[in-house]
Amino acid sequence: MATTNNMTLNLKIWRQKNQTSEGKLVDYRVENVSPDMSFLEMIDVLNDQLVRKGEDTVAFDHDCREGICGMCSMMINGKAHGGFKNTTTCQVHMRLYKDGDTVVIEPFRAKAFPIVKDLTVDRGAIDKVMAAGGFITANTGNAPDANAMLIPKPVADEAMDAAACIGCGACVASCPNGSGMLFMGAKVSQLALLPQGQPESPKRALNMVYTHDTLGFGNCTTHAECEATCPKGISIEHIARMNREYLKAAFTYHEKNRSEGAG
Amino acid sequence: MSFNLDPKIPAGPLSEKWDKHKFEMKRVNPANKRKFTVIVVGTGLAGGSASATLAELGYNVLSFCIQDTPRRAHSIAAQGGINGAKNYPNDGDSVRNLFYDTIKGGDYRSREANVYRLAQVSNNIIDQMVSQGVPFAREYGGYLDNRSFGGAQVSRTFYARGQTGQQLLLGAYSGMMKMVAKGKIKQFTRREMMDLVVINGKARGIIVKNLITGELERYAADAVLLCTGGYGNVFYLSTNAQHSNVTAAWRCYKRGAGFANPCFTQIHPTCIPVHGDYQSKLTLMSESLRNDGRVWVPKKKGDTRKPADIPEEERDYYLERIYPSFGNLAPRDVSSRQAKFRCDEGHGVGPTKQAVYLDFRDAIKRDGKEVIAARYGNLFEMYERITADNPYNTPMMIFPAVHYTMGGLWVDYNLQSTVPGLHVLGEANFSDHGANRLGASALMQGLADGYFVAPYTISNYLASTPLEKVTVDDNAFKDAEQAVKLQTSKLLGIKGSRTATEFHRTLGHYMWDYVGMSRSEKGLKTALDGIRKLKEEFWSDLKLNGDTSDYNLELHRAARVADFIELGELMALDALERRESCGGHFREEFQTADNEAKRDDENFTHAAVWEYTGSNSSPVRHKEELVFENVKLATRSYK
Ligand SMILES: Cc1cc2nc3c(=O)[nH]c(=O)nc-3n(C[C@H](O)[C@H](O)[C@H](O)COP(=O)(O)OP(=O)(O)OC[C@H]3O[C@@H](n4cnc5c(N)ncnc54)[C@H](O)[C@@H]3O)c2cc1C
Ligand code: SF4
Ligand code: FES
Repeated sequence: MATTNNMTLNLKIWRQKNQTSEGKLVDYRVENVSPDMSFLEMIDVLNDQLVRKGEDTVAFDHDCREGICGMCSMMINGKAHGGFKNTTTCQVHMRLYKDGDTVVIEPFRAKAFPIVKDLTVDRGAIDKVMAAGGFITANTGNAPDANAMLIPKPVADEAMDAAACIGCGACVASCPNGSGMLFMGAKVSQLALLPQGQPESPKRALNMVYTHDTLGFGNCTTHAECEATCPKGISIEHIARMNREYLKAAFTYHEKNRSEGAG
Repeated sequence: MSFNLDPKIPAGPLSEKWDKHKFEMKRVNPANKRKFTVIVVGTGLAGGSASATLAELGYNVLSFCIQDTPRRAHSIAAQGGINGAKNYPNDGDSVRNLFYDTIKGGDYRSREANVYRLAQVSNNIIDQMVSQGVPFAREYGGYLDNRSFGGAQVSRTFYARGQTGQQLLLGAYSGMMKMVAKGKIKQFTRREMMDLVVINGKARGIIVKNLITGELERYAADAVLLCTGGYGNVFYLSTNAQHSNVTAAWRCYKRGAGFANPCFTQIHPTCIPVHGDYQSKLTLMSESLRNDGRVWVPKKKGDTRKPADIPEEERDYYLERIYPSFGNLAPRDVSSRQAKFRCDEGHGVGPTKQAVYLDFRDAIKRDGKEVIAARYGNLFEMYERITADNPYNTPMMIFPAVHYTMGGLWVDYNLQSTVPGLHVLGEANFSDHGANRLGASALMQGLADGYFVAPYTISNYLASTPLEKVTVDDNAFKDAEQAVKLQTSKLLGIKGSRTATEFHRTLGHYMWDYVGMSRSEKGLKTALDGIRKLKEEFWSDLKLNGDTSDYNLELHRAARVADFIELGELMALDALERRESCGGHFREEFQTADNEAKRDDENFTHAAVWEYTGSNSSPVRHKEELVFENVKLATRSYK
């Protein structure tokens, strides 16, 4: 694991003081980057240099640093999470880069995700979409025995595939339309697959899609960029399943809350 | 001031205590619930489930978290699973069995009544989570699947691939979101609790820092629930998320909440070893891997051969050798210590020699690569991404790392701290795990506290306590806010030369070297001296830029490090005073001939509860005697 071939990298990082100020790319040089470092540890090294020089550190979001919380973001060389298969930014390791590389680092950009500072954006719109229906109404204390309802393994597995979404928003940032269909489709699909989730399913799809459209997320025009960058390998098939649920709902609850853009 | 450490354990037989207590507790009538406001700090499994449930009941909930959304709380990272005494595999499990394993696993340093209740409600948790759409693993027949974890001889662990914490947290989060939409939960993200406001002896509010604007905010309520997680990051390197910290609990301690067993730390045996100074965290490889992976080291000291070149007879499968009946599934404290012993003796492997092998060769031979991939595929991928080694072809290298803190704020049976109105849930309390937590039991405890215990006990508190009207303009709020402001300007005014991270890292070295897996009087005294000096240096030489008017991440970090340093001192003191070995607390002076922990039941069958007495005086150590009426104290043996 330990290697001594340390590298020097040239970084171009988006610096922006707050939501309203102007931002720009600023050049930095980081030396002594070990190939075993994670991408975020490389930025830690830069930030350490900045503190010592009396400068403001680069603000970026992160928490678990193991690819599960969905907090890290960043466009690295134009790709959400760096564009490595099934990998979040915190799981990108520097052995994927070469000595002397120039790396451009920008925030996730989307109308629904305003910039907070530097590489930090506000993804609160994801919570709002979830609050519109991303749940099963099962109040605490009412549940029947867990084995009372049998769920075939393939169904449970498919629901789990959809449930793996970490809500990072890379799908939105990589979509030319800034659409949130993939993360929303994943949730609608997970709950539609499970018998517990079926009673509310059409209504859920309708409400979530409606809310999604009012929050500045764009339409899905099946570019599939989202699927390609999703660090959890969420398939666009879930968008198709959501659309079916939506159509069912459009029949049942026609006119009420009807919105464009589910197609 | 003297502490009231009455655990308030209800009378009656163990198995009837909780039902009886639920019946006897006062309730708030449905129409009155909307008149009460409850603050819930934290949105992990404990805080998320409590917020959702209290809001469903009709209370107004104010929910706070550090991350940009509740769904990212550290609970999300739990991999392996959650225990439940369902006995679905029909292998003889029961509530009593889970209770007994947990008491024994904790080395007889937890409270019987709490642990029994935990085992009782474990089954409701599984039901609840399934009803919310958590996609637990299933067998082909459609039934839920189970696996085993360390310290148990039954399969009682429910799991969702390697993402159990994520799926459970998303379940709790979805319940929260439902109540956010209904307006019963007000959600405050990117907020950090900086102080507790106590009025007339009762917890009535909090002071919070808006992390983006730097502004301080005041919130008043009728009760405060602290669900802020563990403090493993006092070691700098741990498996915890970067934002996990002790600040909220520490400020409550300074406002009168007792801190129990701070030195009880869990060091997890299967983590990816440290590989460089720049390292920011340690990654856990789920304990579930020990179901199929075999732990070994070369018999020859300093053996530099590749693992594949070391023949069978030259390998020491030391867990199987020493603990034939539990083998690779020996509990965490025991397994970690044995790994340390092997490395100390010179059998360690890898570039730093601070690692042992976890080998899947035999499991792959037995079950096939596909079966192993289905069980652990994502963990293997994660391992490879970090280390560039492929565990299908070569054994993993693992080493123990700080993982969980059994210590925390003291609570009674109702989960109330020594400050009335301040309830503490999840990893933040001193918990049901005694001196060592069994795998898959933290998720269970967080959800038990939040879904099935606190909602009843809070109602009882609100219904039976006279609560004066308070507003955020009361002096207590002003004073608390002022104290936070003062600390902030002090930090910004130091203008020294060392960064907060540097101080944190140095603290981590003291903690790992002297307050880690193996502790001695001499080492602990070294740690105490060192940490006290470090504290002085911190307050005279900290380098910090900027001001409070901005998203100043370094300032936020420095405030946390300041509290970690003080906590480190208390942990060393607690470890020094506990002159016995038990669970994860191993004092070199107290061990058996074969290096196992030697308890001193006569003098230490108690929880040590520390009382803060001011910045210039030593904290006072109180005791809650632990009474065992249902299990016989025995030497814990996994042989
Ligand atoms: C890598 C890993 C794997 C694990 N795997 C398992 C497992 O398989 N099974 C198991 O049972 N347990 C496991 N555990 C342990 C378990 O995950 C935790 O103990 C548990 O999730 C803690 O839950 P919690 O709700 O108490 O706190 P957390 O989930 O830590 O949540 C803390 C919350 O408090 C908030 N907070 C903290 N401080 C403040 C403040 N000052 N102001 C405002 N908000 C604050 C945070 O934002 C967060 O929302 C694992 C732990 C780790 C590290
Ligand atoms: S669908 Fe994928 S890219 Fe989108 S939020 Fe979920 S995990 Fe991230
Ligand atoms: S920091 Fe949690 S997913 Fe990257």
